[in-house]
Amino acid sequence: MHFEYKIKGGDFANAGNASSQVKKILKQLNVDHLLIKRVVVSLYEAEVNIVAHALEGIIKVDIDAEKIILRLEDKGPGIPDIPLAMKEGYSTASPEVRAMGFGAGMGLSNIKKNADKFNITSKVEVGTQLEIIIYFK
Amino acid sequence: MESGYFHHALEIIEDICIGCSHCMTVCPTEAIRVKQGKAKLFEDRCVDCGQCYHHCPVNAIRVAHDDFNDIFNFKYRVVVVPTVFIGQFPEEFSTNLIYNTLHELGFTHVIECGPGVELLMEAYSSPVQKARPLISSFCPAIVRLIQVKFPSLVDNVTLLKAPLDIAALLIKKKLTDSGIPEKETGIFYITPCAAQIAAIKNPQDSTSSLFNGVINMDLIYNKVYSQLHKNGKKFSQQPERLHLSKEEIEWTLTNGEAVHAKGRSLAIDEIHNVIDFLEKLENETISDVDFLELRACDQSCAGGILGTANRFLTVERLRNRGANVKSNGNGHSNDEIIQYAGFIKKHLATEPIKPQSMLKLDEDMLKAMNKMKQASEIMRSLPGVDCGICGTPGCSALAEDIVRGNGRIEQCIFIQRRKEQTGTQSLRDSFYIMEQIWGRDKLE
Ligand code: SF4
Ligand code: SF4
Ligand code: SF4
Repeated sequence: MHFEYKIKGGDFANAGNASSQVKKILKQLNVDHLLIKRVVVSLYEAEVNIVAHALEGIIKVDIDAEKIILRLEDKGPGIPDIPLAMKEGYSTASPEVRAMGFGAGMGLSNIKKNADKFNITSKVEVGTQLEIIIYFK
Repeated sequence: MESGYFHHALEIIEDICIGCSHCMTVCPTEAIRVKQGKAKLFEDRCVDCGQCYHHCPVNAIRVAHDDFNDIFNFKYRVVVVPTVFIGQFPEEFSTNLIYNTLHELGFTHVIECGPGVELLMEAYSSPVQKARPLISSFCPAIVRLIQVKFPSLVDNVTLLKAPLDIAALLIKKKLTDSGIPEKETGIFYITPCAAQIAAIKNPQDSTSSLFNGVINMDLIYNKVYSQLHKNGKKFSQQPERLHLSKEEIEWTLTNGEAVHAKGRSLAIDEIHNVIDFLEKLENETISDVDFLELRACDQSCAGGILGTANRFLTVERLRNRGANVKSNGNGHSNDEIIQYAGFIKKHLATEPIKPQSMLKLDEDMLKAMNKMKQASEIMRSLPGVDCGICGTPGCSALAEDIVRGNGRIEQCIFIQRRKEQTGTQSLRDSFYIMEQIWGRDKLE
């Protein structure tokens, strides 16, 4: 099954909508609640990253009986130093964004922690692609 | 891993139901449909919040409780009273007067919910459970809501007994300690809502054995009021006994618990507010909250569906009562609880809460996926106006009913018109389908 969600940069008011939709789907599919939690935590984090940094983005979700694949592609500034951005506690969120309650400073490392497979590629001034895979069994 | 059906205290009386669908529209968990002109309940979805009861214009929904005369099956008849019951009466009726009247009605012992609250306060200030935020298990409608709609939060619910269970436990222990055989004692609870009945009667719950029966608050209110009139308020000059502490009196009100929790705590009342908040919490968009007090009713138990007084006046009375208690600083109501503290502490824990998700389309994931595909195809042909004429709360509810085998697409009035236009359905068929939903009399 395939679902797509468009994300607008700067639209904090709607940040989290895609995560909510995906959560509902997984509940309907009777996926274990602990797995749903991992999906939602990583997707939400990634979704807010797009809202906070990029101009726009798209979330592509593929679900089959074994796994969920989340692909997040954005157009934006990109990440110059991925290893640095992957460090625990490192957040690219500006202080203003953090003050709004977004981006608890866990960022990418938190996504990786919750994912079974995690890939990231990024080009400065072009955009970032994330691939998150979580297995159901 | 998941447990079976709930016990429900709510019943739809078919003979009275006029099939107006108000209950279906307000139900926060989409647990109601209209079929054959009558409201029908999906038991696995209902959380006993009582919204339907509250909105039914003809009182077709009943809260089933035990016969009052059941109390006389016991030699010792204990009534456990929630503080909001006292709050039903105008302040000119003293607490003592209401106690006395309950005695006159046949109870040998009257005990208000409250003792033991300080043990809960203690537990809240140094919680053993690791999950954050902790969600209070006080309101049974909320516990059920979490089970059916937010299963990923079940581990956040506190595993602690509610004050009513503690009160029952305490009095039971006291009476047996004084040499009264257990079978001679009947313990009855005056309930402000359907959710607490369901919790008490739930065979899965180990505390169910604490009570021998439940009496609805509106019924006992009438009995007490009639008795007071008969007596001409002759006790009304008696001074208040004031045996509960401020904390105990206010526990059932909004923010009664949250103020005692460690760290950052929030109190949220009314079920739709709670659902909004839990959606966000489940998405992890809310962090750093340590404790949540969540109650299904507006103004918490003062707004329970079996209340007769205006809920704001009930709150006012309880706050006034609390303000008049001289605090001894430790929340203790009396010394009795100190004597039994060890015993209660030993029994304070409840069993873990199991998820009981109502959202799944099928147990089997592959089947659920197929059903979801079908449902989204069905959604594409439905108009998306959520008119409710199909007898469900909205288009997506109909689509899900269809793939679950509980409905058919022709229930939709738009589909009917389309099919009549193309000649694939006769007017008579449409008429028959509408009759199946709304009953014959509405179409004649
Ligand atoms: S009690 Fe609440 S959940 Fe149950 S049917 Fe009524 S409105 Fe729905
Ligand atoms: S509100 Fe529900 S139970 Fe009451 S009359 Fe209308 S359909 Fe029947
Ligand atoms: S808030 Fe109180 S009265 Fe209302 S459902 Fe919950 S326990 Fe019952």
